[in-house]
Amino acid sequence: MKSDKILLDHGSGGKLAHQLTTEVLMPMFNNPFLAQLHDGAVFEVDNGRLAFSTDTFVVDPIFFPGGNIGDLAVNGTVNDLAMCGAVPRYLSMGLILEEGLTFADLKRVLESVRTALDRAGVLLVTGDTKVVPRGAADRLFINTSGIGVVPEGVTIGATGAQIGDAVILSGNMADHGIAVLTQREGLRFESGVTSDTAPLNGLVQAILAVCPQVHVLRDPTRGGVGTALNEIALQSGVGVVLEEAKLPVSPAVAGICDLLGFDPIYLANEGKLLCFVPAGQAEAVLAAMREHEFGRQACIIGRTVSDHAGRVVMQTAIGGQRIVDMLAGEQLPRIC
Amino acid sequence: MKDQLSQFGEAFRDPQLARSMVTQLKTSARTPMRIMEVCGTHTMAIFRHGIRALLPPTVTLLSGPGCPVCVTDQNDIDGFIALAQREEVIVATFGDLMRVPGTYTSLQCEKAEGADVRVVYSPMDAVQLAQEHPDRTVVFLGVGFETTTPTIAAAILTAQQLKLSNFCVYSAHKTVPQALAALMKHPQVRIDGFLLPGHVSVIIGMEAYRPFFEAHATPCAAAGFEPLDILQGLLMLARQIEAGRPALENAYPRAVTEAGNPKARAIMNQVFVACDARWRGLGEIAGSGLAIRPEFSQFDAARRFKIAVVDMPPPKGCACGEILTGIKTPPECPMFRKRCTPMDPVGPCMVSSEGTCAAYYRYSS
Repeated sequence: MKSDKILLDHGSGGKLAHQLTTEVLMPMFNNPFLAQLHDGAVFEVDNGRLAFSTDTFVVDPIFFPGGNIGDLAVNGTVNDLAMCGAVPRYLSMGLILEEGLTFADLKRVLESVRTALDRAGVLLVTGDTKVVPRGAADRLFINTSGIGVVPEGVTIGATGAQIGDAVILSGNMADHGIAVLTQREGLRFESGVTSDTAPLNGLVQAILAVCPQVHVLRDPTRGGVGTALNEIALQSGVGVVLEEAKLPVSPAVAGICDLLGFDPIYLANEGKLLCFVPAGQAEAVLAAMREHEFGRQACIIGRTVSDHAGRVVMQTAIGGQRIVDMLAGEQLPRIC
Repeated sequence: MKDQLSQFGEAFRDPQLARSMVTQLKTSARTPMRIMEVCGTHTMAIFRHGIRALLPPTVTLLSGPGCPVCVTDQNDIDGFIALAQREEVIVATFGDLMRVPGTYTSLQCEKAEGADVRVVYSPMDAVQLAQEHPDRTVVFLGVGFETTTPTIAAAILTAQQLKLSNFCVYSAHKTVPQALAALMKHPQVRIDGFLLPGHVSVIIGMEAYRPFFEAHATPCAAAGFEPLDILQGLLMLARQIEAGRPALENAYPRAVTEAGNPKARAIMNQVFVACDARWRGLGEIAGSGLAIRPEFSQFDAARRFKIAVVDMPPPKGCACGEILTGIKTPPECPMFRKRCTPMDPVGPCMVSSEGTCAAYYRYSS
């Protein structure tokens, strides 16, 4: 009897494993590289340097408003490559499936993987599937690795921020963090907030077109904008001054954060980027970003300074000042 | 609804009004004054909005015992952990308690060891857990002040209606006015005025503070949590202190009334009764706790499990007790930022999102 669920045998390397690959995975991602069903993929690369990145996705729940673990896994690695200034080209995908996962859920995730790949313009060229006993994983884990090509003349690293840079954020903070949080067991309220998961390689290319010497690019995922800025300040040895009044947060996200005692500056984003650019080019970069679908709400949120190197300081909306430190651990909802 | 909430909040963050209030505060607070913000949410809001940087040097803010996690006695924390170690128990708790160290371990560490500890967002979620797991006993860790107690009372009443025999509450609840009185009697504590907690005051109303105020004649102002609310409360207190005319004032009239919320208080009184309670830093305070009434004893985890916890001293060198009473500030604790950090906390003030040490650690250099 054909099961509608993943069985341990689907990871056995036998007939069921072959069926899973040929009947489910291959039709979904077929391309000349993958079709060879070889242990690896051999491909040509353009002139330039290669960027290589890997990430593993274990998000709970796997489906959330605005996306699921599938598009997150593709966009996450695409964005990591894009933040190196690279043009992402090829991806690998490792699936860890828990025994009992339904084929319907698996296919729903894979459809999202395919859509995200198409949207980012990258090919899935190699992959792997393992099935583990019930309880050994949480439904579905995905690892993606990716290779991209860094064009000539582009050098972007976390140490590149310079005194006098403008700090630009591509849009509202914390949408992904709140979208996932409100779906977790125990909270379950309809917020209308959807994840911002999106591929940012196109937006990066739009930025590089007007400012090839962009100093730093970073997607503020886990730990949010606050933690990402602290890392950049430390690695580059500059101080960062933020203007609280300019930090973009949607009213719905701000309301939920107030309710739960969360600071949106520390919540995850999956379709936003921070860039540090010379102040003189900030307006041109901003204009280019706002023309792109994932940068419409881009704004300058602060600047780099020589004071307090390695630290991030916020000028609060009411005229006060405070330190924005790294997040020490996951934010937990308060008692009152 | 959320949009409206947010816009409502923005009205109380107006920079021009804030500047004007800061100027008034500078004119009003001419002599040195020590003001205690009792509530942990105030502490966090004061840091988050950078209010300390705006205050005249004459105003010293002290953080009080208003973070429920921080004032929970270590013996209670050990009791929570002992419950989590029982195989038949699912412990349901608000997130703040997960990292609080007991004498030997924490709920977070016990969870990693296999204990069934679930973070919930409401006591009703714990009731639902009990319905979903009829073969296990769900114990909700009841920690909090008058703000949260009514919802926990409602959860117990719901469990009673549902005839749930596998749900109970470990009550470590506390009440604010009694703590204020204990602070005033403390020989080392010197406080010129209290910024009273907004959320608690919404429930208990201004009249609940009247016995304390009449006994101690200390300046008091209840305030909300937006920057202008806090500045307004501080301004009221500065004027009272300067004039030498203590008063019980309400800087949060849009939410706090004289009588508070009678419905919430009624439900709280139906299920809970005042008892003596031990506070970290303050010791035992008569009538400052809330025990589950005998008629609801089947929902009382302390009775059901007969938890016997050995009386253990707080961690050596930890100054949480002195910090909660305003005798010390976090930088005066030798362990602050060194042995004690949010990643590896020694005391609860560094653990809770509303703890004073966590606020100093996160928001000041």
